[in-house]
Amino acid sequence: MASKPRVRVPKTAKKGEIITIKSLISHKMETGRRKDSKTGELIPRQIINKFVCNFNGKQVFASDWHPAVSANPFMAFNFKAEESGEFEFVWTDDDGSTYSKKASLTVN
Amino acid sequence: MKGEITALATIVALTTGAGAIAFAADDWGKFQVEDRRSGYTYATAETQAMQDDEFANPAMLWVEHGEEAWNKVDGEAGKSCNSCHGNAAETMKTVGSTYPVFAKDIGKLENVEDRINRCRTDNMKAKAWKYDSQNMLGMVSYVKRQSLGQPMSVKIDGEAAPWFEKGKAFYTQRRGQLDMACSHCHVDNAGNMIRANTLSQGQGNGFPTYRLKWQKPGSLHRRFRGCNKQVRARPFKTGSDEYLALELYVMWRGRGLPVETPAVRN
Amino acid sequence: MSKITDKTTMSRRTALELAGGGVIAALLTGTLAGAARADAALLSDAIKKAVGDSAMTEGRITLDLPEIAENGNTVPVSVAVDSPMTEADHVKAVHLFAEKNPAADVASVYFTPASGVAKASFRMRLAGTQNVVAVAEMSDGSLFTAKKLVKVTIGGCGG
Repeated sequence: MASKPRVRVPKTAKKGEIITIKSLISHKMETGRRKDSKTGELIPRQIINKFVCNFNGKQVFASDWHPAVSANPFMAFNFKAEESGEFEFVWTDDDGSTYSKKASLTVN
Repeated sequence: MKGEITALATIVALTTGAGAIAFAADDWGKFQVEDRRSGYTYATAETQAMQDDEFANPAMLWVEHGEEAWNKVDGEAGKSCNSCHGNAAETMKTVGSTYPVFAKDIGKLENVEDRINRCRTDNMKAKAWKYDSQNMLGMVSYVKRQSLGQPMSVKIDGEAAPWFEKGKAFYTQRRGQLDMACSHCHVDNAGNMIRANTLSQGQGNGFPTYRLKWQKPGSLHRRFRGCNKQVRARPFKTGSDEYLALELYVMWRGRGLPVETPAVRN
Repeated sequence: MSKITDKTTMSRRTALELAGGGVIAALLTGTLAGAARADAALLSDAIKKAVGDSAMTEGRITLDLPEIAENGNTVPVSVAVDSPMTEADHVKAVHLFAEKNPAADVASVYFTPASGVAKASFRMRLAGTQNVVAVAEMSDGSLFTAKKLVKVTIGGCGG
């Protein structure tokens, strides 16, 4: 399945509030250890190996993933809202391609 | 004899180091109607939580894919699903709870997958989708999602009656090297353990269901194939008349249970 | 619904199958014990690669995992570290390992003071019953660790 990300960020937050961010992306997270049931050959590894969350261009959270991360990876984490701005979420695949999504937050 | 099974199952469970799985509650609310219990009630709290959180439920990725496809023009007729059916929230509201139905114009029982493909080939002049392809799973999940929470109520009389009888006969027919019928597990032993797993009633109200084992959603017919293989019987094809009839019977068994598409199960 | 009459046969067959499962499980347990030393070496190598070999203290980490996972393909995990999360004193990273997976590395999460709290939740694969180990790296360079045993059910129809 083509990788398509989803993120959930509250639209607004009070200054100093700690918000929860959830992300989900469709990906097989092929471990490289499975064999093709028909040919018996190893299916090459292909996973998303990095997930980064930037806020106003600055990295605020990141994660390195190994083949032990489940298919269709989910990641929830937190962020302390101090100013309004834009999140950018970037997932990096083993093949070098990236998938990204943006979301804005208004702090009042 | 049930006592014997339970006792042995307990020994095996202890040997493998897997003790009793903790259930969330005994009052299953909307997930139980009379003696009919959704597979949700046999799942662990963690699996239930994965289904409950609409964002965390990984099958929602497929529902979203289906929603996109709903609005996308495909085929020589230059139409999308939306061109004829408009707002799915209104026009598809009862599909998930009432299919499969007897379709008079083709003279046979039809499930959502078949109906989608008939629309695609006849009306949209587009290519049919394969069973359990990403497109098909997405569209079926999106369509059935519109019936979320609706009580299951398939029609089994009139022209659907012979299909229902055929499905019912299938359900109690022994098959395969293990010589077992659907009912052996899902009627006689629902709630008991088969090695380290709890047998459910085998209800169909959450399909397409995201199975942790599959690491993606799959159709009810794919699940039938899995069950048939596990009793070492030759499975029928997805979309076969045998499985269509069985689908009708299984959906009737779950009458009154809410549509849960897309459910999350082991 | 028609009644199945031949219930005795079903029970005997099930009983035999279940008994067989028990023996296999017992044999597996023996094999696993023999492999434990190799697993420990893989785990310590992975930890050393991630954080070096400084001393680690137990505590400050809350590792939330099911006691029994229904399926090893998708085990929900949540890790939280007690910290004020200020510039001067925060959690830089948490590394997660599974001691009996084919490779011990699972994931690393990197926090910043902007995280507010050092907490992350995701889903992991566990190849069988084993310990999950978390190692937290603090901004002052100190290391904390925690582990939790997760039993992974196998067999039946979900295996």
